[in-house]
Amino acid sequence: MLKYILKRFLWMILTIWVIVTLTFFLMHAIPGDPLDMGDTGSSDAASANLAAYYNLDQPLGVQYVTYLKNVATFDFGPSMTSRSRDVNDMIESGFPASLQLGIASLVFSVISGVFLGVFAALRHNKMIDYITMIIAVIGISIPNFIQSMLFINYIAVNVDFFPIARWGTWQHVILPALALASGPMAIIARLTRSNMLEVLTQDYIRTAKAKGLTSFQIVVKHALRNALLPVVTIMGALTAAVLTGSFVIERIFSIPGIGQYFVNSISNRDYPMIMATTVIYSTILVVMMFIVDILYGLIDPRIKLHSKED
Amino acid sequence: MGQALLEINELAVSFSTQGGEVQAVRGVTFAVEKGETVAIVGESGCGKSVTAQSIMRLIPEPPGRIKNGTIHMNGKDLASLSEKQMRGVRGKQIGMIFQDPMTSLNPTLKVGDQLTEGILVHQKISKNEAKQEAINLLNLVGIANPEERLNQYPHQFSGGMRQRLMIAMALMCKPELLIADEPTTALDVTIQAQIIDLFKEIQRKTGVAIIIITHDLGVVAQIADRINVMYAGEIVETGTVKEIFYDPQHPYTRGLLDSVPRLDGDRTQKLIPIVGSPPDLFSPPEGCAFAARCDYAMDVCLSHDPEHTKLTDHHYTKCWLQDKRAQKPF
Ligand SMILES: Nc1ncnc2c1ncn2[C@@H]1O[C@H](COP(=O)(O)OP(=O)(O)OP(=O)(O)O)[C@@H](O)[C@H]1O
Ligand SMILES: [Mg+2]
Repeated sequence: MLKYILKRFLWMILTIWVIVTLTFFLMHAIPGDPLDMGDTGSSDAASANLAAYYNLDQPLGVQYVTYLKNVATFDFGPSMTSRSRDVNDMIESGFPASLQLGIASLVFSVISGVFLGVFAALRHNKMIDYITMIIAVIGISIPNFIQSMLFINYIAVNVDFFPIARWGTWQHVILPALALASGPMAIIARLTRSNMLEVLTQDYIRTAKAKGLTSFQIVVKHALRNALLPVVTIMGALTAAVLTGSFVIERIFSIPGIGQYFVNSISNRDYPMIMATTVIYSTILVVMMFIVDILYGLIDPRIKLHSKED
Repeated sequence: MGQALLEINELAVSFSTQGGEVQAVRGVTFAVEKGETVAIVGESGCGKSVTAQSIMRLIPEPPGRIKNGTIHMNGKDLASLSEKQMRGVRGKQIGMIFQDPMTSLNPTLKVGDQLTEGILVHQKISKNEAKQEAINLLNLVGIANPEERLNQYPHQFSGGMRQRLMIAMALMCKPELLIADEPTTALDVTIQAQIIDLFKEIQRKTGVAIIIITHDLGVVAQIADRINVMYAGEIVETGTVKEIFYDPQHPYTRGLLDSVPRLDGDRTQKLIPIVGSPPDLFSPPEGCAFAARCDYAMDVCLSHDPEHTKLTDHHYTKCWLQDKRAQKPF
């Protein structure tokens, strides 16, 4: 098991390095210069000074090495758009809100998705099954930004309990998290349902029944665990969906997260900020996949054996 | 002879499907005495598994339904028990072993968990006591290092070992009856023989009664006391092993015996398959279900369903050829 974790961990580091490298070179391949925005006619000397300040006068290779060193120590340097602030400061101020939103969405989508899926499977072809699947189809097919606007327009505006925008109290979290979670929730619900239906026809379920276990014991102990394996597998992809969705949702609900910086930094060619947000998002994603791998190994004993063999 | 352990009377089970009602079991009657082994044989689809699962009430309902009949276990009719009462019977009074040991164990749970969960439901005992019992049973079924094995997962066992696990699991609560549905079909021949020996040994040690379902007449000859031959949802002949093997009276039973190789007989003897296929269980024929495939079929066979004719104390057959009226000299 330890060997398995270690191996996964090394893969994770490698993946992050590849992403960082790719981002660095892709970013420098975008036409346009962050310092030459065609605005004020700043002098050549000033430009040269700025270039030196941001290390832009060095050859690309040197910039890359310096950059790797900084990333390794989580120092992203000064921002190019708000020159007085470090990228780290900006990230730190935005990160908590983004993190809260992301975690709330993921937790909500997993819990409610699994619950709905199991419920639908146990009431297969009954009313609850159909209702759940209709909710799931709606969740998947209506884009989250439209859901957000509907939520704001019909719920936040009419119900005082839900603030319309901004951030601060836990009530602020509910509507954006709901909008962000509905897609993943629907996917999880459908997947859980179909896995559950499949698992319930397995021979070992009949064995469990032949032992005299109650339906509840059978579902919780024998069926759910196996039905959740594929759900665990897609958690990585769902995290990615929540992350990308959060750019839009943060904007619509005016949430002071890091999504806004990410979007702005690209049009501003704010290299340090692009790099910082990319590294953060991809690290979250890769760490999530790492966790998924480990969870998978914990839930399915056959995986462990496999890694021992190779 | 007192009351039998299990008495099945006129059991009928149907499945409602889109094509109509499949009459999988059509009036099956037989009994199992304490400590004896009864085999059910017959070709694929004749309703052996459905009969076995009906005893445990494991038929998926819907589409399945016990339409008629009683299943008395120690005088109590299982067919009329509530689901909750039935849970008290499953695993406790009757243990069941299934065909495929590869898929009958949960791949993601430790073997120890799967062995003990049944007894923990049925008896008020501690986890440690349950574990001790599991170790005893693993010893009984011949699995070495039981203590260590309990912490392993099913994939760490071979097919034969898994079937031993299944047997141990079915015996955890010391049931009076063990139902084994093709317990050796998925195993290779040498392992089959070991498992059959194991059944015999267990029966000697625990006195459990066994219903064994199989296609394999060789297995039956080794283990059974009595045999029920099933065809198209009915028992067409029943008797002791000797009676069925040496004095088969139903043409179908003879057909079954002729279609397997004999080690004692003439090596050059041809195997004779039974031609044709079983009747459609959506609308079973009016007369004898076997008539269409029977070399000896008479007019009466096509129009009237035969009754059970008693040949000896144990030997009955459902065939017009053996009917008293047919034998009357004219
Ligand atoms: N869930 C079900 N739905 C519909 N029909 C079923 C169902 N289960 C069994 N049957 C039907 O009942 C009949 C008897 O099936 P059963 O499984 O008892 O056969 P079997 O004698 O055990 O055969 P085998 O030797 O292949 O295991 C078959 O014709 C089958 O099609
Ligand atoms: Mg069968």
